[in-house]
Amino acid sequence: MTAPTIRAHGLTRRFGAFTAVDNISFSVGAGEVFGFLGANGAGKTTAIRMLTGLLAPTSGEAQVAGLDVASQMDQIRRRIGYMSQRFSLYDDLTVLENIGLYGGIYGLAGEQIAQRSSAMLKRLNLADDLVGRLPLGWKQKLAFSVALLHDPAVVFLDEPTGGVDPITRRQFWELIYAAAERGTTVFVTTHYMDEAEYCDRISIMVDGRIAALGTPAELKAKWDVPTIDELFVRLARPA
Amino acid sequence: MSETAVAVSGVGKRFGSTEALAGVSFDVAEGELFGLVGPDGAGKTTLFRVLTTLIVPDAGSATVLGLDVVRDLWAIRARVGYMPGRFSLYGDLTVAENLSFFASVFGTTVERGLDLIAPVYRQIEPFANRRADALSGGMKQKLALSCALVHRPDILFLDEPTTGVDAVSRREFWDQLRVLRNSGLTIVVSTPYMDEAMRCDRVALMQGGRILQIDPPGEIGIRYPLPIVAVTGGDRYRLLLSLREAPHAHAVYPFGSELHYTDDRAGLDVRQVASELRAYMGAHAFSGVDVRPIAAGIEDAFMELMTRPAQQAS
Repeated sequence: MTAPTIRAHGLTRRFGAFTAVDNISFSVGAGEVFGFLGANGAGKTTAIRMLTGLLAPTSGEAQVAGLDVASQMDQIRRRIGYMSQRFSLYDDLTVLENIGLYGGIYGLAGEQIAQRSSAMLKRLNLADDLVGRLPLGWKQKLAFSVALLHDPAVVFLDEPTGGVDPITRRQFWELIYAAAERGTTVFVTTHYMDEAEYCDRISIMVDGRIAALGTPAELKAKWDVPTIDELFVRLARPA
Repeated sequence: MSETAVAVSGVGKRFGSTEALAGVSFDVAEGELFGLVGPDGAGKTTLFRVLTTLIVPDAGSATVLGLDVVRDLWAIRARVGYMPGRFSLYGDLTVAENLSFFASVFGTTVERGLDLIAPVYRQIEPFANRRADALSGGMKQKLALSCALVHRPDILFLDEPTTGVDAVSRREFWDQLRVLRNSGLTIVVSTPYMDEAMRCDRVALMQGGRILQIDPPGEIGIRYPLPIVAVTGGDRYRLLLSLREAPHAHAVYPFGSELHYTDDRAGLDVRQVASELRAYMGAHAFSGVDVRPIAAGIEDAFMELMTRPAQQAS
């Protein structure tokens, strides 16, 4: 049994009197696609900021790629990739310039950057144009590939498919599957409940706690609901 | 026969080399809840900006409440409610101040609009003295809807009101739209979420500045031109890759916990497609795979229309 790539134990974050993340514990294995769901304000973003070493926990602990999130932040950042819908790439740089910039930030050598850049352009079938001129769906696929540039152990995806057309959304998920096949752990948030069903396991956060955790099939059976959408509504707004 | 609330005929709009609207035509009946469904870049926002008189189309014509969007812009503006896609309220003003401001711009008061906005506004009233910037996403959305309604418009235009909002808040928002629609208000609403189309009376599927199809949501799938089945079981990613290699595969996409397989032989009995696929899966060493004929949904229809050469629905 290999060690989990992400392990959180009693992870908690308070802001003044408000407990944003309330004693959550879970682990995610290597190559697993883990869906991290919850209503707006449930605490997802705060939890992700702790797991990516951007915010110190108030109590509890977490390891990502075997590194402690509270004391080894700098090393963690070299072992994770991150992309969100809001911030991904620089529009006024070209594709290659963006790749070069991120490669440099992640500490890759010039030769590695050159090799991986040309492989990436080929795989995505992209020309080296200004990123601002790419359609949204292509930008998101490119941003995902850039987040994987330094072979991270885990990639965090925060609503990666918002506003994207249904075909591109599915192509994006195939990139996720392919990355997971290669052993990368994928930690993803989404508001599309059908995408929750694409994950190996999901958790649903409600008011800072994890209210459900398991495979989509297990959770649907346990709560006797036809879809994750139904479960989400039931947990997030108890009647 | 109900009156026509919106009539759009051949509307085109170009921004530099981008054709945002490529000759769009449709009608919305009075009292209808009409959805524009499509991804970013489909032209939804440009269309809203034409209908709310904020930009002038390059081609074609449009009327709102019988008024021309170019000639009668001032008359239209007094009678429409518009909730733009981007947060459009004043962050430095409180909830109550935003509402009063929007009422005063239209020469009315909050009191005169109160009964109409009450079902929505009641939920944010406890935060009346909070600055709009400090509201959560769901509450901002409720305030924006209240502000768009406070002057008692005859028609409401909502541009992606649920984007970035969680699944529960989205449901509640659509419940509120249904209540408004049942009170007689005409509503035109856009969304990138295909499942929300089911909540509309009719939907137009939009992509690349064109309308691909207009129908009641339950009827969108009827015109799906090819046999389609749902496949479940096994290692989904491997199953997906293998199904794409099936001799008559036209399209294979993940759909929640299932895969949807569309066959390329139009008119073939779907049961034959299903039994051929079962044999194919068996021959490729997949076990426990279930194949079941289905009716195409909105997202199936949308993806099929997207991949065909450009053509307009009329």
